[in-house]
Amino acid sequence: MQPTLPVHNRSDDTVLTPTFVPGPSDARWMPPALDAALQVRLHDLMVKARATEEMLIRMMRTGHGYFWIGGPGEEAYGAALGLLVHKGHGPAYDYLHLHYRSSAVVLAMGSEPIDLLRQMRSTVTDPYSKGRNFVNHFAIKPWNVVPVTPTIETQYLMAPGTALMQRRHGGIGCSIVTGGDAGSAEGDFYSAMNWSTRPGSELPVLMLVAQNGYGISTEASTVQNTPHLHQRADGFRIRNARVDGNDPIASWHALVEAMDYVRHERKPFVLQVNCSRLYGHSSSSGANRHDEPDCVQLYEKRLVDDGLATQTELKLVWDKWNSLLSDALKVVVAEPMPGKEHVLQHVWYRGPAGN
Amino acid sequence: MATLAQAIRLALHYGETHLGVTDVFGQDVGPPLGGVFTCSQGLKTAWNTPLDERGIVGTALGIAYAGGKPVAEIQFCDYIYNCIDLLKLCGNAHWSSAGEYHVPLVLMTPVGAGIHGSMYHSHSFESIASHIQGWTIVMPSNAKDAYGLLLSAIADPNPVLFMAPKGLMRAKGDELIPGEPADERQLHQMIDAPVGDRSHWQPDWPPVEDYRVPFGQARTVRAGRDLTVVSYGRQLVQCAAVALDLAADGIDAEVLDLRTIYPWDEAAVFASVRKTGRLLVVNEDTEITNFGEHVLRRVTDACFYDLLAPPQLLAGLDVPGVGLAWGYEKHSVPQPDTIAAAMRALAALRA
Repeated sequence: MQPTLPVHNRSDDTVLTPTFVPGPSDARWMPPALDAALQVRLHDLMVKARATEEMLIRMMRTGHGYFWIGGPGEEAYGAALGLLVHKGHGPAYDYLHLHYRSSAVVLAMGSEPIDLLRQMRSTVTDPYSKGRNFVNHFAIKPWNVVPVTPTIETQYLMAPGTALMQRRHGGIGCSIVTGGDAGSAEGDFYSAMNWSTRPGSELPVLMLVAQNGYGISTEASTVQNTPHLHQRADGFRIRNARVDGNDPIASWHALVEAMDYVRHERKPFVLQVNCSRLYGHSSSSGANRHDEPDCVQLYEKRLVDDGLATQTELKLVWDKWNSLLSDALKVVVAEPMPGKEHVLQHVWYRGPAGN
Repeated sequence: MATLAQAIRLALHYGETHLGVTDVFGQDVGPPLGGVFTCSQGLKTAWNTPLDERGIVGTALGIAYAGGKPVAEIQFCDYIYNCIDLLKLCGNAHWSSAGEYHVPLVLMTPVGAGIHGSMYHSHSFESIASHIQGWTIVMPSNAKDAYGLLLSAIADPNPVLFMAPKGLMRAKGDELIPGEPADERQLHQMIDAPVGDRSHWQPDWPPVEDYRVPFGQARTVRAGRDLTVVSYGRQLVQCAAVALDLAADGIDAEVLDLRTIYPWDEAAVFASVRKTGRLLVVNEDTEITNFGEHVLRRVTDACFYDLLAPPQLLAGLDVPGVGLAWGYEKHSVPQPDTIAAAMRALAALRA
């Protein structure tokens, strides 16, 4: 099996074909049918993300990167989300305000694993930051992926801004913001709900909270007295739900329902996705494997039980991505690193106005 | 002549009708108030926000990312401190994304003392702001410059912090803004909202024109030969008045209005110092790690052999705030008498 996903070519300004082609303004948003082929594709994308993350961790351990932080454990809902994004540039399409565990989202959207390896190694060819930021800190303008930041929860504050432009523009584009349960302790989480529900100015914002039970090394249950974070949205009269984020099928359906509401009602939705954190917070805590439910393993068992794939076929998927990643690493280690001449690049923008 | 507040309003009007401003917003910015200093009365794109400074800056960043041109306001700079990380994100987005995104937004905030504003309506912010990279930082000292700097800020594709000296908001200019009616009563009737019910009021905008003050270009307010005084905002006005007084005593001070705090006009300052040999920087921010100390360091590096006396800084005292009682403000913020004393002392100093 060969990868069939679109290549994100950063060397030109090509706007890739969006996942959904918008019809007349009153047309309903129609997600792809979750048929057998798409269920198999979801697995492929989950493995693409997991294999990439595990390669990133190996790179950190073998001196090919300074620091790792990422999203093993968030592949199930992440891959579903990436496929459901209305992908393109400008307010007609979805804006993505992602946190740094969102590799599955951008890889499912079509990003190439080699670009994550480049950011991990801090090469000058890193398309997201030119070696300036930690891995999993994306910035993909052709797809409205705004810069991912290490500052926890500030992404929630920006989503009402892009959503305001989308409200004015019309259509089905919405602003999708992801974060973790620990970050929801920040006031910015509440600001986003408040700004998205100003009377008469409600905004199409899909707020996702990945609840993995930890904030860095602190157990969430010891510092937050809210077992179900999505219920905080009740105070803002925001529609909300909770889903098993380790289950890609359940996540798909929950996302479809939430997106359908946000796209057509033009109002916010808060979706809590319960998931695992399989390698800890970051390399600062060792990036060792934790004994938690593994969404990829669970899904593979299901695919086999449902007769949608054989163990041999599943192994081929892993082999494909691991082989691709090994080849990519050989390329990346030979690529140049930033030097003195790069330090002052992009301090100021000198081109035409407008994003 | 237009006041500084009216000049800001005229610039915002020009911005939303000619330069693509999509949103002017902040606490009390929209109707009915139109800003606590009336700077946004009658604007078609002005709207009120929740009282949430972080939300204001974050939303502005989102609007900019999505192709809009926001002009956001923090009602007083005293309340901007909880936004520092967001200001950093605005300033580093272009660099951190390897040039992928840029942030065309303007953030306005009134600064400084001079209105009996007590501890939380008297802060200065330029020194801290100058540590937040990626921003252009401007502060006008008169109405025409306010208009021209704000149009430059709106037209710029990078984040610009527009700091308005609140002590000058009601100060009238001495030069007409291009297109401004010569009769200030006429201007008042055209663009100032009436007191009381404003629900049916509409401004009658004068045909103001494009006028830009380029960033990084200081203005020589007064030419002189004995010493160089560098200032901006409200303190610039005080420095200019003191310099005029001291001229009668034979002290001939050259006064430069920096106008842009970053990137500042090094060439103009260096040229003046090389002429006079003496430098006094005056501002009202607190003195420790004051922006003026940076100017002194650069001047010392670049003009060392031209200096006739050690460069000086007159700034606010290093105390936690500007107290409400006049005695506190008078003795912690530069005043005409302390400025005059500093200028006299420097003129008499020899290296």
